[in-house]
Amino acid sequence: MIINHPLLGPRDSSEFVYLGDANLINRPNWQEDSAVRQFVDYGYLRDNTAGLHRELWFHEYGDRSWLVVTRDTVSHEIKEVRLASDVATEEGR
Amino acid sequence: MKYSGFKIIKEALTGHRGWGPAWRSPDPSSEYDYIIIGGGGHGLATAYYLAKEFKQSKIAVLEKGWIGGGNVGRNTTIIRSNYLLDGNEPFYEFSLKLWEGLEKELNYNAMVSQRGILNLIHSDAQRDAFIRRGNAMLLNGADADLLSKEQIQKRYPFLNTDNARFPVKGGLAQHRGGTVRHDAVAWGYARAADSYGVDIVQNCEVTGFKIEKGICVGVDTTKGFIKAKTVGACVAGSSSRLMQMAGMRLPIESHVLQAFVSEGLKPILPGVITFGAGHFYCSQSDKGGLVFGGDIDGYNSYAQRGNLPVVEDVCEGGMAIFPMLGRVRLLRMWGGIMDMSMDGSPIIDKTDISGLYFNGGWCYGGFKATPASGWVYAHLLATKEPHKTARSFRFDRFSKGLMIDEKGMGNQPNLH
Ligand SMILES: Cc1cc2nc3c(=O)[nH]c(=O)nc-3n(C[C@H](O)[C@H](O)[C@H](O)COP(=O)(O)OP(=O)(O)OC[C@H]3O[C@@H](n4cnc5c(N)ncnc54)[C@H](O)[C@@H]3O)c2cc1C
Repeated sequence: MIINHPLLGPRDSSEFVYLGDANLINRPNWQEDSAVRQFVDYGYLRDNTAGLHRELWFHEYGDRSWLVVTRDTVSHEIKEVRLASDVATEEGR
Repeated sequence: MKYSGFKIIKEALTGHRGWGPAWRSPDPSSEYDYIIIGGGGHGLATAYYLAKEFKQSKIAVLEKGWIGGGNVGRNTTIIRSNYLLDGNEPFYEFSLKLWEGLEKELNYNAMVSQRGILNLIHSDAQRDAFIRRGNAMLLNGADADLLSKEQIQKRYPFLNTDNARFPVKGGLAQHRGGTVRHDAVAWGYARAADSYGVDIVQNCEVTGFKIEKGICVGVDTTKGFIKAKTVGACVAGSSSRLMQMAGMRLPIESHVLQAFVSEGLKPILPGVITFGAGHFYCSQSDKGGLVFGGDIDGYNSYAQRGNLPVVEDVCEGGMAIFPMLGRVRLLRMWGGIMDMSMDGSPIIDKTDISGLYFNGGWCYGGFKATPASGWVYAHLLATKEPHKTARSFRFDRFSKGLMIDEKGMGNQPNLH
């Protein structure tokens, strides 16, 4: 798989480390009453979608930036690559 | 029909006209006491033990493709019970004991071969960890044997024991471990279950659950609605997709694991060798092919095929420990979808929906579990109580902090 890095251009996926579902950006608020329940879901439950999946990749052997990659888990085709910091800002994190 | 040496001779002399199909191909009934979703090793074994050990009837196995087309026919066939933790080891040792009697039990040649498995050790710290694991195995009635470098060199003279980065300093052997012909396990359980009246329905995909007031009363399938008192999901890599139809999110990610087989060679490798530090393990099939693999690719996938970086990584690991591999040609490679759980251990439990049960999260190690998984799942479905070797495989272990994390990796499925 080739990941088209927004700053560095096309890079081989083996330069990256995979973390998982990009919903991990949305860490629950620890001060909420239901925080324990929310953290169990956040830590352990996944949609595990077959089809388009937004996921976090870290450019470990590169510029060490976090990316949000939208990839089809059935065909491995990559549809979109963005800097995770941009995505997080947009989502109000 | 009973298979035997006598029967083979008789058929050879009479033109092989007396063999019938090994199992029927029935249309599904409108109603069953038990529906097992998924005709992999675990689903077929569950149906068999439900009928045989728990004396239940009106059982169906629904398989979306053909039986043996999933991971049970894609794995690298290794069986062993070399686990460390209390939640796991009694279960896997129960499984290994069932493997030891399986062929007689099923009247089917599954080519169970206890040729032994050897995990290589490269450092003092790793030796300490393996001694601890070996002791845990012994305490649970399994066998474990710590081998010296010299003993390993004698049995495997071709291993590169003096690699500068990973010198072989010994190994933990389980002599009762080995390999089993994987699809024969699916066929053997299918034939035996069928003989107890279990309906094995192929080309029948479950497309939804009918849930009324919190009770599962049946399943929608590509062959119509089928009513059931008890429904057991058992679909390995498709677990999240299936349970989503019942409104559940699982502590599971689906990942692809690749495997490889070389051209046929003369017998060179007597047992199974794992070189964990180099992401490589290998055995030799009875046809002569070297069967080998390594780590999962590491990203969510339902594609049943992997990518080249892992191929390179596995082959490098193989060359490092096994330099004579260099001139061997690769014959075939393939991938299967693993139900990687959040702590690397399986789940066999009831769900919050009455009448609906779940078996999954086997990661890359569910083949060796097949007989015990079938037995304990049948126990749960028939008695509504977990079997004594499977009490820890619960859904709520994640919220209670009772993870069974053999490798101590935490909630990162691609590291287990
Ligand atoms: C490359 C590779 C190597 C492996 N090596 C080993 C090893 O050496 N040792 C070991 O112990 N384990 C190994 N494993 C793991 C092992 O193969 C699996 O954990 C185990 O086979 C899973 O259980 P199963 O046999 O029931 O799964 P499967 O055979 O995958 O059965 C699940 C079935 O469910 C069916 N299904 C899915 N969705 C539906 C639906 N909606 N309706 C109806 N049916 C459905 C599928 O078609 C499939 O046939 C390996 C796996 C792979 C891929």
